[in-house]
Amino acid sequence: MLTTILFYVFATVLVASALGVVLSKNPVHAALALVLAFFNSAALWLLLQAEFLGIVLVLVYVGAVMVLFLFVVMMLDINIAQLREGFTRYAPLGVLVAAIMVAEITYVVWVRHLGLDLSSWAPAMPVGFSNTKALGALLYTDYLLPFQLAAVVLLVAMVAAISLTMRKRPGYKQQDIAAQVAVRRQDRVRIMKVDSEQVR
Amino acid sequence: MLLNLWMQWPLDLRSLILMVIEVVGVMLAVVVLVALMTYAERKVIGFIQVRHGPNQIRIFGLPFFKGVAQPFADVIKLLLKEVIVPTKSDKVLFLVAPLLALVPALSTWAVIPFSPQFVLADIDAGLLLVLALTSLGVYGIILAGWAANSKYALLGAMRSAAQIVAYEIAMGFALVGVLMAAGSLNLSAIVESQSGGVTHWYWLWLFPLMVIYFISGIAETNRAPFDVAEGESEIVAGFHVEYSGATFATLFALPEYANMILVATLAALMFLGGWLSPLQGVLASDAVFAQPSFVWLALKVSLFLFCFLWFRATFPRYRYDQIMRLGWKVFIPLTIVWIGVECGLAWFRVGPWAVG
Repeated sequence: MLTTILFYVFATVLVASALGVVLSKNPVHAALALVLAFFNSAALWLLLQAEFLGIVLVLVYVGAVMVLFLFVVMMLDINIAQLREGFTRYAPLGVLVAAIMVAEITYVVWVRHLGLDLSSWAPAMPVGFSNTKALGALLYTDYLLPFQLAAVVLLVAMVAAISLTMRKRPGYKQQDIAAQVAVRRQDRVRIMKVDSEQVR
Repeated sequence: MLLNLWMQWPLDLRSLILMVIEVVGVMLAVVVLVALMTYAERKVIGFIQVRHGPNQIRIFGLPFFKGVAQPFADVIKLLLKEVIVPTKSDKVLFLVAPLLALVPALSTWAVIPFSPQFVLADIDAGLLLVLALTSLGVYGIILAGWAANSKYALLGAMRSAAQIVAYEIAMGFALVGVLMAAGSLNLSAIVESQSGGVTHWYWLWLFPLMVIYFISGIAETNRAPFDVAEGESEIVAGFHVEYSGATFATLFALPEYANMILVATLAALMFLGGWLSPLQGVLASDAVFAQPSFVWLALKVSLFLFCFLWFRATFPRYRYDQIMRLGWKVFIPLTIVWIGVECGLAWFRVGPWAVG
C-alpha cells in the first residue's frame, strides 16, 4: 500500500522532471531537472530492493557526471533566440523521431513483455538478503571477464580524452613544481661584497 | 495512565512518532554542535594566535562561561537580518541553493552509528550512502555561485566544484581500502570489525589512507588550507558573496560545519574504532573504561575536529594548481598503491585479515 503510493509519487515527479528537461528554456534548469529525474529513478530502484544500483546511480550520475555537465552548461553563453530560429523547420523531423521512439517503447513493453510475466511479481527477497553482496558475487565470478573488459574500455576512453588535451603549442608556459620546490638559496640569491664608498 | 493511553495507539503510529523524535533529536544535536564548533574555532584560533577570542556574551547574563553564548547571538542576528536577493539573479535557484547545501549535510547523519545501540538507519550499504549524499553537497555551492549572477560568486563556485570533484575520488578510494579490511559497507559492522584494542583499529594498517581521507575531507569541506573557493583576497568571498542573513547562515555556516563534524565522525568510525574503547584488551573485559560507549566516539571526533581548527590557524592557503596537483597526482596514485599493498596483506593474512 505504502509502496504503491510512494511509487506513484516518485514516478509522477520523475515524469514531470523528465518533461522539464525537454521543455525548460534555460539550459541550467534543464540540467537540474535531469538531476531530479536521476534522483527519482534511484528512489524507484530502492523501492525495487535494488539499493546498490539506486545509490550508485546517485553517486555516479548525480554526484559526478551531472556536476561536470552543469559546470559546462553554466559556462556556455547560449543565445536562445538564435536556437529557436530553426524550430518550425526541424519540427516535423522531431515529431517523426518521437513517434518512432514511442512506437518502439510500446512494442517492447506491451507486445514483447521482455520475457517478464507481468501478472506475477518477482518473489520478495528473504530478510537479510544483501543486494550488494549478490551483485558483487556475480560480477567477480560469473561475469569477471566482461566486467574487466568494460573497465578497460572505460580506461581507454579516459586515456584518449586526456591525450586529446595534451597538445603542444608554441609559447606555452608551465610551472615545474618539482623544480620550484628544489630551489635552494644559492640559486636565487647572490651575495655581493661591495666596498663601502669613500665619503668625500 | 499515560502509558496505557500511549499503548492504545496503533503500533505504526507509535514507531513513527518515536522515529521522528529520534531524527529531530539528532538534527538538533548536530545544529547545536555546529554552533558550539564556531565558538570553539574562534577560541582555539584565538589561543594559537595569542588573543582572547569571544569573551563577552553570557548565557542569560550568568556570571560564568563568558562568550559561550556568542554563536547563539550570531545566529539570532543572522536570522533577523534582511535577506537580499540580487535583482538580476535567478531568484528561485538563489533561494533553493542554500537548502540543497543543507539537506545532504544533515541527512547523511541517518546512517552514522553513535553507539552500539543507537543508529537511525542501520542499512547495509551505509558507507555507499554516505558517499552518495556527501557528493550532493556540491550542488548547493555551484547553484549559489551561478544563481547570484556575479563574477566572484561564479569563480568561487567553479573553484569549489573542481576541488570537490577531484578530492572525492581520493576519498572514495580511501573508503575502498577500509571496506576491504572490514568486509562490509555497514558502518556498525566496520566499527565492530575493529574491536580488540588500539592496535586492531585500522589507523595502524591503513595509516596512509587515514591521512589521505582526512586531508581530502578538509578539501571537501572547503576549509583552510584548501579554501581558495572563498579566497577573500582574490574573489571577495567566493560563492556566498551575494548571500545575507538567514540564507547565508543556511548556505555557508551550517553545511560547512555540519560536514566538518561528519568528516571527523567518519574518520573516527573508520580508522579509530568509533565507539570502541582504547583500553579494550588492556583492562579486564568488565571494567568500566573498557566498555564501548558514545563517550569514546565523542573524544575521537573532538580530536579530529581540533585538527581542523589547528590546520586553519597554522597553514597558509594552497594555490589552485597546487590543490589540483595534490588531489589528482599525489593522493589518487597513493591510494591505489595502498590498495595494492592491502591485497598483499590480505594474501599473507596479516593485520586485519589475520585468521582467528
